[in-house]
Amino acid sequence: MKTAISVSGLHKSFGRTHALDGLDLEVEAGEVHGFLGPNGAGKSTTIRVLLGLLRADSGAVQMLGKDPWHDAVDLHRHIAYVPGDVTLWRNLSGGEVIDLYGRLRGGLDTARRAELLERFELDPTKKGRTYSKGNRQKVALVAAFASEVELLILDEPTSGLDPLMEEVFRECVTEERDRGRTVLLSSHILSEVEALCRRVSIIRKGRRVESGSLAELRHLTRTSVTAELAGEPRGLSALPGVHDVDIQDRRVKLQVDTDKLDAVLRQLTEAGVRSLLSTPPTLEELFLRHYQDDVTRTEAEAITR
Amino acid sequence: MTAVADARVSPRARGSARDLAGTGTLLRLALRRDRIMMPVWVLCLGLTASSTVGRLKSTYETPEQRADLVHDMNGNGSTRALFGAAFDDSLGALTVWRVGAFLTVFAAIMSLLIVLRHTREEEETGRQEALSAGMVGRRAGLTAALLTVGIANGAVTLLIAGGLASQGGTGALALGLAVGLSGMAFGGLAAVAAQLTENTRLARGLSSAAVGVAFVLRMAGDAAEDGSKGSGHVLVWLSPLGWAEYARPYADERWWPLLLIAVLAGASITLAYSLAGRRDVGASFYASRPGPAAAGPLLTGVYGLGWRLQRGALLGWAAGFVFSGAIFGSISDGADDFLGDSDQTREIIQRMGGAQGLSDAFLAAMVGVLGTILTVHTVSSVLRLRSEETDQRAEPLLSNAVSRLRWAGSHLVIAYLGPVAVLAVGGLALGLGYGIAAGDVADQLPRALGATLSQLPALWVVTSLTLLLVGVLPKYSAAAWGLVGWVVAVGWMGPALKFSQPVMDTSPFSHLPKLPGDEVTAAPFLWLLLLSVVAAAGGLVGLRRRDIGG
Repeated sequence: MKTAISVSGLHKSFGRTHALDGLDLEVEAGEVHGFLGPNGAGKSTTIRVLLGLLRADSGAVQMLGKDPWHDAVDLHRHIAYVPGDVTLWRNLSGGEVIDLYGRLRGGLDTARRAELLERFELDPTKKGRTYSKGNRQKVALVAAFASEVELLILDEPTSGLDPLMEEVFRECVTEERDRGRTVLLSSHILSEVEALCRRVSIIRKGRRVESGSLAELRHLTRTSVTAELAGEPRGLSALPGVHDVDIQDRRVKLQVDTDKLDAVLRQLTEAGVRSLLSTPPTLEELFLRHYQDDVTRTEAEAITR
Repeated sequence: MTAVADARVSPRARGSARDLAGTGTLLRLALRRDRIMMPVWVLCLGLTASSTVGRLKSTYETPEQRADLVHDMNGNGSTRALFGAAFDDSLGALTVWRVGAFLTVFAAIMSLLIVLRHTREEEETGRQEALSAGMVGRRAGLTAALLTVGIANGAVTLLIAGGLASQGGTGALALGLAVGLSGMAFGGLAAVAAQLTENTRLARGLSSAAVGVAFVLRMAGDAAEDGSKGSGHVLVWLSPLGWAEYARPYADERWWPLLLIAVLAGASITLAYSLAGRRDVGASFYASRPGPAAAGPLLTGVYGLGWRLQRGALLGWAAGFVFSGAIFGSISDGADDFLGDSDQTREIIQRMGGAQGLSDAFLAAMVGVLGTILTVHTVSSVLRLRSEETDQRAEPLLSNAVSRLRWAGSHLVIAYLGPVAVLAVGGLALGLGYGIAAGDVADQLPRALGATLSQLPALWVVTSLTLLLVGVLPKYSAAAWGLVGWVVAVGWMGPALKFSQPVMDTSPFSHLPKLPGDEVTAAPFLWLLLLSVVAAAGGLVGLRRRDIGG
């Protein structure tokens, strides 16, 4: 499969702040790729480098096979970008901004523009600051989805959208994917990521800490197990990969690394299982684990060992 | 007891007390935000007068020298226009003559900037909304802004009055009050402008235009008539800056013109308050109307966008130049009035070609005034690049198929070519005004037009240096305003204050021939153009290479 975005060993500093510290990222053509990370992890900085707005200190960056810094203009013909905080010109109407952006990209599909205005329930005659936050986002979204481009870069694009519009947004992204376009979606809304993205990359402190399909990532995290036993539970805390063991009489609650589940089950059946509830990790847990900073994480690991 | 007393307060009074809730906190916020800008303004304004006394003392040691100076300066229409009339030859009066006109104008500019910064700008950015959600009354924002500007003008008044006290306390107080009250009057007008429009830029433009009109009227009135010999031309009395001048500090002070300024300040502040109480937070009296649903043929790209964003300011400047040009032109025919009734003197001067020479000298001075003040427009036009960047509008724009140079070009075309248009219409108005007054339009029109357009190369140097800052040192882009201040100070005050040649030479405008009238050679124009091209190229290279938003 073709690669739409390929970043390796990307570094970028602002004065003393090391915003990107050897970041890697691969996005395949035609996929919707989730780009996740806690606030300040470097997501927006990465996107600005991808757009050729910031110059990388070092590292290799390729977008649609081109260098975003040197070939910015040619490249941007095939790209639509939606920032997380859309600022409009106070004396320009939303419709004018949509058309302007379309003209400055590969062109605008006017039929799709009209359809999107309808679907997003956006009044194109209002001006600049008279739009609410959500409506400003819609201006940028309509401009992006109506543009004839190959790659969409969306930086927390749904901030301020109501749930109905969030739904329209998801439909639009799915349509883009079905038309073979590539989407890089930076988002904090995990249900959105789960619904739209096949693969995700999680970054923290300017580095990628995890990348893969959601199924793969799930596998790397913990399953929570609640069991009622016939006899006294023994030796559970000593098992590898077991955390947060809470034993009250014959009731056991614990967390276990999903790939270490076998040993726990064996131990439990030895005591005799009366009831068993096993819950796979939620996305929230998955991300919380990756979002936690080093200190709490190493502390947590030290305690469980 | 207190509870009973509280209950007796009328609902209206209690309402207004609540309207002001949080003023103290907002005032502290404003002072904190202005902790650099305000002291710089206040010290510059407050110490100029006292530092001028010393220099005047050493330059004009004897009363005879000072009397000569006063006679010469009052006799020259262009110095009267720039400085106003010199009412007396004491050191104090000379100081007032030298710095008074500028202090009042700059106090006005300082005040309008401070007021708008804490009123309309707060609302336009949405910060006022967040503040108003706290325990903040409806009128607290405006009150805090006016208190801030009051503190600034009060400090200026005290510094001036204290600094000049050695020359006599009454005159010192009169000048201090003239400057401080002028500041308050234009601060009040800015507060009204802040209620009228949702657009900070427009409010700033409107209030600056008020200062500009007041200044031009004062200039024209003083140029047309030597106020030291009479009660002043009617145009002077149309201008609050004229009232400040005719308070005559150190020359039989008159207090009632100061009262006029105070009344203007009070009236505009009252109007601003009554307007502020009747509108919604963030709204204005001229609500924005719906726009077109689709972009028209003009908005095909960044150049169309640049024009849309900058045309308002450009048209405003053009209108201002037509107004100023017409006024300066029509009064300059009377520039030889000072020769008075002595037919003999008049004859001698005319024989020497001096009558023509005097009008030309006046026109040339006004052309210089127009050229240097236009740096304000060209600099703000270039700085629009930077504000588009910091307001995060450049970023999504540049994520389209728009090169940085093209984007920069969309604003620079206005920064470089806008002044051509503005100077052209200003020159036409000047030439027509003078030509009609002198009955010689055919000759005077091209001369005036050529004279105003001759300012371009110097203007472009300032434009290009601003671009160099934006491209190479974007964080210090605002330093371009220092350049504007310097160029205006050298151009307006330098010749009369006898700045040394090396100091004069730091301004690109000093290298231009004094047109109309002066001899024209190609060399200065070529050097200025070359400097302008080099600086612009440096700025563009920097802009291409640096991070956007950095």
